[in-house]
Amino acid sequence: MSKGRFGVHGGQYMPETLMNAVIELEEAYEHYKNDPDFQKELEDLLNNYAGRPSRLYYAERMTKDLGGAKIYLKREDLNHTGAHKINNVLGQVLLAKKMGKTRVIAETGAGQHGVATATAAALMDMECEVYMGKEDIERQALNVYRMRLLGSQVHSVSSGTGTLKDAVSEAMREWTSRVDDTHYVLGSVMGPHPFPTIVRDFQAVISKEIKEQCLEAEGKLPDAVLACVGGGSNAIGAFYNFIEDESVRLIGCEAAGRGVNTAETAATIATGRLGIFHGMKSYFCQDEYGQIAPVYSISAGLDYPGIGPEHAMLYDNGRAEYVPVTDDEAVDAFEYLSRMEGIIPAIESAHAVSYAMKLAPTMEKDQVIVINISGRGDKDCAAIARYRGEDIHE
Amino acid sequence: MNKIRKAFEKGKAFIPFITCGDPSLEVTEKLVYAMEESGADLIELGIPFSDPTAEGPVIQSANVRALSGGVTTDKIFDMVARIREKTQIPMVFMTYANVIFSYGADRFIRKAAELGMDGIILPDLPYEEKAEFDPICKQYDVALVSLIAPTSEDRIAMIGKDASGFVYCVSSLGVTGVRTGITTDIRAMTAKVKEVQDIPCAVGFGISTPEQAKKMAEQADGVIVGSAIVKLCAQYGEECVPHVRAYVKSMKDAIR
Repeated sequence: MSKGRFGVHGGQYMPETLMNAVIELEEAYEHYKNDPDFQKELEDLLNNYAGRPSRLYYAERMTKDLGGAKIYLKREDLNHTGAHKINNVLGQVLLAKKMGKTRVIAETGAGQHGVATATAAALMDMECEVYMGKEDIERQALNVYRMRLLGSQVHSVSSGTGTLKDAVSEAMREWTSRVDDTHYVLGSVMGPHPFPTIVRDFQAVISKEIKEQCLEAEGKLPDAVLACVGGGSNAIGAFYNFIEDESVRLIGCEAAGRGVNTAETAATIATGRLGIFHGMKSYFCQDEYGQIAPVYSISAGLDYPGIGPEHAMLYDNGRAEYVPVTDDEAVDAFEYLSRMEGIIPAIESAHAVSYAMKLAPTMEKDQVIVINISGRGDKDCAAIARYRGEDIHE
Repeated sequence: MNKIRKAFEKGKAFIPFITCGDPSLEVTEKLVYAMEESGADLIELGIPFSDPTAEGPVIQSANVRALSGGVTTDKIFDMVARIREKTQIPMVFMTYANVIFSYGADRFIRKAAELGMDGIILPDLPYEEKAEFDPICKQYDVALVSLIAPTSEDRIAMIGKDASGFVYCVSSLGVTGVRTGITTDIRAMTAKVKEVQDIPCAVGFGISTPEQAKKMAEQADGVIVGSAIVKLCAQYGEECVPHVRAYVKSMKDAIR
């Protein structure tokens, strides 16, 4: 079995042109992850630039309203740039800088990862180009402007469905054409080894903090941790330090779009099967001949036909559960959290909020749920307004 | 014996690539005969994939056209069966790992072998992941063709030693598609392969003109051309056969 395996999943299914680049990246990462100076520099950036640690907030009104388990919100939305994506990006761009790269490229779906990459590139004086699906550029106009404001170039990707998977494909293509001075900042726990491991390690700070904060607030571990899953970076970040704690239920909330029984869905675990794509073996939405399905979700960040290989393993071995949440349910939760707690979650994160709304009432009052609010919802307001039939100017 | 070696026995080999089902499988079949008659030594049949990450815009669009025309792996197998009633020209499939994995690796490779296909090229299957399909390919005597790239450097010996059929030398960085100039030292790449194994090396990516083909053929055992032919298929559609025939002849003549 090749490197970077999670059970049968993972691996390095990449063009030969990029193999030395991923090997070089792996070697650099193995070196710097144990380098105290690198770690100190990263911690300083995370704390003083990104604003970590993020809060674990007790959602009292929501708890009372649902009448079951106590609900805490892990406030990744309060990070600089408004999402968990900055955790990974600061790590990777710092690593790229140490490797002597002068240019970074990235894919983005909702635009959060693109904005985070553009931000880190501005901070660390790197050239930055972001690939974004044509469809998503329309859905997330504000984030496109933010990236340009930060000095990045944004490329519209019109191939395929013009969404996240096409942006990933195009970023990979671009990387094969210019690999010497360029690092590809992959935004999720996916792609070829070592990306799923690197991104997970940089995001694991989320569960490390949740653990400490929950112990301090409740004197015990949470009973369940919920997070939305597209590629799965915020979810793996929220799960990772609980994997050994078997009393903690780990629940990933997939984007079911218009429903798992329709073709307009992005729920990979619910509707996909084992395949090889974008550098990894994992579960993918695909047809009987292995053609990748044109998936759909209201959430540009979850609109991806695959799932990271470590999630696929956690599903196989039963350690984590994966549940589908529809557009309708996510929009309801988006509005619910806004009114109930005064917190507008990203539409991605609203998928996890939605499942918590179902789960909490079935649990005891002394039990604890943590929902990872992976990002803030300002970017989604215009789209949700449209979904509700209201046309607002951004 | 695997027929790939034969393609390299009569001097420099010309290896055209076409996407199956672009514009239709009937035309693909006619293209195979026309290309053989005009001098092709080995033919690469592309099985379209929804998300071809190694392809430039020209072949990406061909994949889209073929898939929206309803082409499937099974229909391509049926076409190969028809072709094999008429010609034994060496042929390899070029596709992506998921097409084979999803069909069932054993089922796909056995079927390809039964139909008389000689090899498979998978641009998203590097040396490190060969074990996924190589043992099955060996079992059925289908060559799993290895690729080397300008960035391969010290990997070439490792890849070359284990290669079967022929070695696909990727001429330039980036994806498939026409390029004005190729600056890579192909001769140095192929020499590294020959040091470890006596196996034919064919160079592809970016070659479109007879002049380029001639230059490349001086440094390798064969020349692979894809996008330039696929462009003709896109431009002339159902009427593309005579155009491709003339183009293949001009390219083969240039490397003779």
